[in-house]
Amino acid sequence: MEFFADLTLLIDSTFRTATPLVLAGLAGLVAERSGIVDIGLEGKMLAAAFAAAAAAAVSGNPWVGMVAGVLASMFLALIHGYVSIAQRGNQIVSGMAINIAVAGLAPTLANFWFHQGGQTPLLGDEARFSAITLPFAERLSDVPVLGQLYTEIISGHNLVTYLTVLIIPAVAWMVYRTSFGLRLRAVGENPEAVDTAGISVTKLRYQAVLIGGLLCGLSGVVLSTGMGAAFIRDMSAGKGYLALAAMIFGRWKPVPTLLACLLFGFVDALQGRLQGENLPLIGEIPVQFTIMLPYVLTVIILAGFAGKMDAPKASGIPYEKDH
Amino acid sequence: MLKKLAFAIVAAFAGSSAGLAADIQPVLLYDVGGKFDKSFNEAAHVGAEKFSTETRISYRDFEPSSETQYEQALKRFARRKADLIVAVGVGYSVAVRNVASQYPDVKFTVIDAIIELPNVQSITFRENEGSFLVGMIAAMKTESNKIGFIGGMDIPLIRRFERGYQQGAEYVNGDITLIENYVGTTPSAWNDPIKASEMARSQYARGADIIFSAAGPSGLGVIQAAKDTGNLSIGVDSNQNHVAPGFVLTSMLKRVDLAVYMAMKEASDGSWQAGHRVMGLEEGGVDYAVDEHNKGMFTDEMKARLEQARAKIISGEIVVGDVAGSNSSH
Repeated sequence: MEFFADLTLLIDSTFRTATPLVLAGLAGLVAERSGIVDIGLEGKMLAAAFAAAAAAAVSGNPWVGMVAGVLASMFLALIHGYVSIAQRGNQIVSGMAINIAVAGLAPTLANFWFHQGGQTPLLGDEARFSAITLPFAERLSDVPVLGQLYTEIISGHNLVTYLTVLIIPAVAWMVYRTSFGLRLRAVGENPEAVDTAGISVTKLRYQAVLIGGLLCGLSGVVLSTGMGAAFIRDMSAGKGYLALAAMIFGRWKPVPTLLACLLFGFVDALQGRLQGENLPLIGEIPVQFTIMLPYVLTVIILAGFAGKMDAPKASGIPYEKDH
Repeated sequence: MLKKLAFAIVAAFAGSSAGLAADIQPVLLYDVGGKFDKSFNEAAHVGAEKFSTETRISYRDFEPSSETQYEQALKRFARRKADLIVAVGVGYSVAVRNVASQYPDVKFTVIDAIIELPNVQSITFRENEGSFLVGMIAAMKTESNKIGFIGGMDIPLIRRFERGYQQGAEYVNGDITLIENYVGTTPSAWNDPIKASEMARSQYARGADIIFSAAGPSGLGVIQAAKDTGNLSIGVDSNQNHVAPGFVLTSMLKRVDLAVYMAMKEASDGSWQAGHRVMGLEEGGVDYAVDEHNKGMFTDEMKARLEQARAKIISGEIVVGDVAGSNSSH
């Protein structure tokens, strides 16, 4: 029974932890499918987390925070798009520049506006997306297994997590079932062909980058106004890069990307659970070792199991009409 | 602007007329957390302000934006013949060692690190003793007999908090279970409230009802998790009871303000001495916080037991265990 309780706990934690990863992973997917490498996920996530926390703190309304966070991320996405699409600059350099700039700028602005050492004020419950208890969760908690699963795992997440559940099929549908998605995939593989068909490569890529900005913005919003209750410097803590790894492991496809994010979330929850535990035969595992687990797993998966990486062929290559 | 200038002139005159020949020029250097971090640095600022209003001696301060500025800032103030430079934080240890040996006439006080030079005063705290008391509070208050600890970066200094906390809890109740977690093993562990809050949720769900976090800004995630799940948390360094009233049982205070105040005060009256000073319960360097937000959670019986333990620690009857290497640079 204790094993069951532990497992529910780990899965519950996995859903929470994976939410920002899934959103950022899908953001990267849409951008890269159009041929724009998006290593700036980390910076956009952090910028959105800051803007959302700051706006929610000033207005006392989480929705204002959400709009501000998404706009901040889309603005940065637009800059990245301008450099990569219009100026044909190096996409890795542009993305890294965004990451570094935001890491410095966000705490500086926070200090300037709020004077709390680079943090934003702690948000009250009315100013953030707190946990939502789904209908009947209280009553069903006594029903064995199914009722408990419903109460413990499915109920009690924040609004953005539930929103993410809707966004995943929406993105998959957009990429595979719409004409926009067909063009999107084509422009990442063979922009010349798309151009010859009389469709603007530039416009398509800008659209993709902006959709990526929107999704990545939501991942930042959930960090500072859903899971947390303030912006704290560097609070994205590498989640943007992890999302990128999940997307590559998921071979630029929505469902495998989702699974990879869930796996990373699960391993992270597991490492927290294993700290300080006495395992049979092994004894207590040192903290340094358990903390290493998610990263070791990433390396093993990427090197061993991922197999052939079929990245979009035009990914990272600026499109030039005249050659 | 003009007003400020006029004020500065008046202040300068007032200073020169009030001060005697012993008037000194103290300098306070914060670490990268910044002056108003609601914690460590702010406490240092409060201590310096207290000194300044009491003695009417003004002080200068500096907020570095990165660790690479530490040495540069120390050198600049040393060259300008500051009398006393107070550097806050273990991050300054290498920089103070380098600069203090170059400027043997300048006095340096460094907080949280130990540097053995003839012109350096090192002030460290017995965090384990304060943690012992909050461990007792947690053990007296818990209903599930399970308490939690969440550390920031896994370094000896934070292990020292855990050691005292566990010992204090076991002093009250030998059967208590402690669940522990560390956010990480790199400095980024101080700024990951999301992970800290996830760990706290896991600990609460596994039955802990009180969690002590010694994790810097990450600790805010623990307090948030306490609030979200309706449990209790214990704050650290400065009084964090106000962060979520009703959900913060108490805070383990580290009186950096007192340390800074004493260093400046002693420099001004000539009693400043180089060497190592340890501030434990006896010196008032660590304590637990009781204020209007949490006084309802304490009974007279609890207070009596705490005061009894405090007296025993001061008299040496209870020896709180320590962790080696807590104040060396890493």
